[in-house]
Amino acid sequence: MIKAKLFLTLGAVALMASSAAAQEKLKVGIVVTLSGPSAVLGQQARDGFNLAVKQLAGKLGGLDTEVIIVDDELKPDVAVNKVKGLVERDQVNFVVGPIFSNVLQAIHKPVVESNAFLISPNAGTSNFAGPQCNPNFFVTSYQNDQVHEVLGKTAQDKGYKRLFLIAPNYQAGKDSLAGVKRHYKGEIVGEIYTPLNQLDFSAELAQIAAAKPDAVFAFMPGGMGVNLVRQYRQAGLANIPFLSAFTVDESTLPAQKEAAVGFFGGANWAPDMKSPQNEAFVKAYEAAYNSVPGTYAMQAYDAALLIDSAIKSAGGKLSDKNALRAGLKKADFKSLRGNFKIGVNGYPVQDFYLVQVVQRPDGKFATSLREKVFSDYVDVYAKDCKPTN
Amino acid sequence: MSLTLLYVQTLNGLQLGVLLFLIAAGLTLVFGVMDFVNLAHGVQYMIGAYLAAMFTALTGNFFFGLALALPSALLFGLLLEFFIFRHLYARDHLDQVLATFGIILTLNQAVKVIWGAAPLSVPIPEIFSGSVVLMPGLLYPVWRLVIIASGIAIALLLGILATKTRIGMLVRAGATNAPMVSALGVDIGRLFMIVFGFGAMLAGFAGAMVAPILSVEPGMGDNLLILTFVVIVIGGIGSIRGAFIAALMVGLVDTLGRSFGPSILRAFLDPSAAAQTGRALAPMLIYILMAAVLFFRPAGLFPAKK
Repeated sequence: MIKAKLFLTLGAVALMASSAAAQEKLKVGIVVTLSGPSAVLGQQARDGFNLAVKQLAGKLGGLDTEVIIVDDELKPDVAVNKVKGLVERDQVNFVVGPIFSNVLQAIHKPVVESNAFLISPNAGTSNFAGPQCNPNFFVTSYQNDQVHEVLGKTAQDKGYKRLFLIAPNYQAGKDSLAGVKRHYKGEIVGEIYTPLNQLDFSAELAQIAAAKPDAVFAFMPGGMGVNLVRQYRQAGLANIPFLSAFTVDESTLPAQKEAAVGFFGGANWAPDMKSPQNEAFVKAYEAAYNSVPGTYAMQAYDAALLIDSAIKSAGGKLSDKNALRAGLKKADFKSLRGNFKIGVNGYPVQDFYLVQVVQRPDGKFATSLREKVFSDYVDVYAKDCKPTN
Repeated sequence: MSLTLLYVQTLNGLQLGVLLFLIAAGLTLVFGVMDFVNLAHGVQYMIGAYLAAMFTALTGNFFFGLALALPSALLFGLLLEFFIFRHLYARDHLDQVLATFGIILTLNQAVKVIWGAAPLSVPIPEIFSGSVVLMPGLLYPVWRLVIIASGIAIALLLGILATKTRIGMLVRAGATNAPMVSALGVDIGRLFMIVFGFGAMLAGFAGAMVAPILSVEPGMGDNLLILTFVVIVIGGIGSIRGAFIAALMVGLVDTLGRSFGPSILRAFLDPSAAAQTGRALAPMLIYILMAAVLFFRPAGLFPAKK
């Protein structure tokens, strides 16, 4: 009697084990910033990814998917510890993250040297696009410089003779202005670096008014951008075209509101991009999270689709890393932004647009596509990436 | 570099100075009278801004919002004093720094939980929403002039309070020798509470006044706090007059240095070196000013007489 019971139990255990082997389980770790003043960016990325998983009925590449979400707190040291937990303890197959470039520098090595792939839904630094490119690292956003280049090219193409530049005084601010100058050949009449987290720009606005430029380029992410845009409008400077990167987007518009209407930005996508797939995405996102999705949400959504397509192309075998890598490179899915390929360095090759802030008929504020500035744009660092590296 | 630009930048410097004064006035009293290092003072500025944003949204009018925000900021300051700070007066400075730093972290997180991480904005009140043309192509929002005027009015009021009233006399006496004031039969605990609540309300007032021009966001007071400490150290700890003069000095040096530093340097250096040095030097100017003041007057410009 006892023996029979034991056999039965053993049989059940064996049965369970065999079914688990037949159906592998996918684990994805998400590392984004979910606390601090920039939390809204991480929330968008998390929500975008979750929306894709939900729409695929909880299965990426046909496999049951477990998503583990961690907050990097915008602290590289915290991020490294949490990422090590993901790849060593949780044994995730993919790490999706982060939002910020300084966090990417910290978590890149621990992930690409583990058994997992790293997919960045936002940060795309120059070093990992060039000589330090890595076959286990993919990006679904852009190389950071490209967004700034869009505005430099726009200023050049529109024939603005005198351009005024303003950015915070830190590495990304300097990279930004270098990116603008790559395509802009006119005169730079002023170049101001403000202390990071400065909130009152009255002194800078007076300088802009005194310099009388044809256009202003600003890189002022987060709360700084909210203040600059509102004060720029209050100072009556809005008749000078305001070109910007990461300064007017869906994460800052809820606070900037009317003040930002008509201001320009650069992006690889906008919520009003015309395609049935994109319209469905925006509608579903707004219904689920009650806010307008920005590029952060779109790029994380695409990251989920990229993983989905790679697993399918590898025949659902998570253990076959070479097949997965080939699948990721092939990127055989329909991106929300339309034209999208993965380049030799794992960074996207895509189109870039000038976008402008509008108030939609429903009263919400969003960016809207204006014109294509670059087609199939490969970042300038890709040529330094040796594919065998 | 035209003369009009100089006027405009002087006005901008004044506005920053006035703002710093409103925050520094409370801080210098708390530090001077109670010998209490309150790092959480910047948080009270943030709370004032959030309260103004919330009450403005509720009532639909900035002035009703302000009228509700001020007593709430006062009440909040008194609650903090009653539950936390009161128990720290007798401890040494390190304990006070640790505890008040903890309050910064807690309250920054708390406003995020209550109002969300995204910045809030408050519209400029209708009657002051206009602007004046100060130089071609630049409008100066009237609201900024209102901030300057209200700051100067409060400075005058504080001056009268400190020199002409009994409570002001006690506060000044407390800044010089608190144990002696206590020994003379003054309820020093109550005096501390009044000073503290009043300081919190002033910081809250500053926060509420800037809400229409700056975004209201978690941690907005943290950067200003450092400048405020510079102000009270330059002015002399415990001195309202010192805080006022030092605040205007810091505001003007910072603003004018940032905007004219590079062009002045261009007279001595080639343009790219001037831009580079100017950029590096401008944020340091106020600290250089502080070092210079402390070199000649180690207790600040107007130290409380000991």
